[in-house]
Amino acid sequence: MKPAPFDYVAPQTIDEALQILADAGGGATILAGGQTLMPLLNLRMSQPFILVDINRIAGLQGVSRVDGATRVGPATRQFQALGDERLARDLPVFVEALSHVGHHQTRNRGTIGGSVALGEPAAEMPATAVALGATIEIRSQRGTRRVPAREFYVGPYLTVLEPDELVVAIDYPDWPQGHVTLFREVTQRPGDFALVGLVGALTVEGGRIARAGIAWFGMGPTPIAAVQAEAALVGKALSEIDPEAIAGLAVADTAPFTDHHASTEYRRTVGRRIFARQLREKLDIREAA
Amino acid sequence: MSDHDIAMTINGRRHSGTVESRISLSDFLRGDAGYTGVHVGCEHGVCGACTVMVDGRAVRSCLMLAVQADGADVVTVEGLAAPDGTLHPVQQAFRDEHALQCGFCTPGFVMTLAALTQGGARPSEEELVGALSGNLCRCTGYQGIKRACRRLSGSNMADAGEHA
Repeated sequence: MKPAPFDYVAPQTIDEALQILADAGGGATILAGGQTLMPLLNLRMSQPFILVDINRIAGLQGVSRVDGATRVGPATRQFQALGDERLARDLPVFVEALSHVGHHQTRNRGTIGGSVALGEPAAEMPATAVALGATIEIRSQRGTRRVPAREFYVGPYLTVLEPDELVVAIDYPDWPQGHVTLFREVTQRPGDFALVGLVGALTVEGGRIARAGIAWFGMGPTPIAAVQAEAALVGKALSEIDPEAIAGLAVADTAPFTDHHASTEYRRTVGRRIFARQLREKLDIREAA
Repeated sequence: MSDHDIAMTINGRRHSGTVESRISLSDFLRGDAGYTGVHVGCEHGVCGACTVMVDGRAVRSCLMLAVQADGADVVTVEGLAAPDGTLHPVQQAFRDEHALQCGFCTPGFVMTLAALTQGGARPSEEELVGALSGNLCRCTGYQGIKRACRRLSGSNMADAGEHA
């Protein structure tokens, strides 16, 4: 229950961190909040040669505005983002999802970027990035690239990140004030990973859905965008929306697994129910008689 | 592997030492600094027994490296009671409400609640109980702990004066 030996460095700048990652040739692991990595180290499930602690890099922290988006620094602590007034006003579903991440004590250390970059398929923040259409800015000594969250996740805990790369920003595009938010997760206890969860945002213009971004978590090997449901919703008048039919399309995009907590069938059934119910509640659609 | 010279404030006193990279803050506090009130339960962030305050926030000390706490202000359960032995309001509430049995988990619960009620803050009972989802107790069934939360919360105005 003690970690295997490793070297530890705490660079002060992004450039310094990128140099260390490049020199390590794949033997380095980035330490952000540590709320997932430290258990893996303690259990010796992860045995890096060198830990690169990014907590002292000021350039990776804080919430700011960039053109058309809210930029969240990856090393921003979850409790700080939870208390950020701009995020609460502009991206309320981001804050709602974040309030379900871990526990009070883990949110005091855990970071936004740590959660996004880890890619736990049942976690809230990767799915939120997918739903809201976030773009992840990644740097290495080879250059900078910007990857849509929808192309970032490859498998469980697997992303397009190369060993020498560091997430330097997560940009969440603007959603208009007063947009509709969707969020529901089913867990065994508060703070647990979701058995089934959905997160999303919708805009309504002139009685029709103008824009939709919806994603599942706990419903497959990665966070999963509900692309069929999004396509079916956009352009549709509120009066024409059949929540059950849309929920069926949404679940059709998932690939849930069976484990000792829940079966594939349970996840699909509950997913369909919470999706339809969220649409009905948030869009004020009455249930058919 | 690499060793690091570190210094931090623990319960108001300066403490320095040399640690291997892999030493957790919990092991440093217990083994090097002697604050054995930091209880190590699961060592993978599930039980919350090792909760301490780092720079005023409750964190799991098994999920932080000692070297990461270099320069930090750390408070353990030993730092709560007054020098004359007067219990901290959270400790007093636990005592009054029989909020512990074997006591192993208690420092973690107490530190979580102490962090949230600093400076006379009185969060809601719901907020306090919610924060304790990160602490496990195998003895009490939590009822005494929840009563202690009620006593410490803003909804309990009867006791408001004594914690002010």
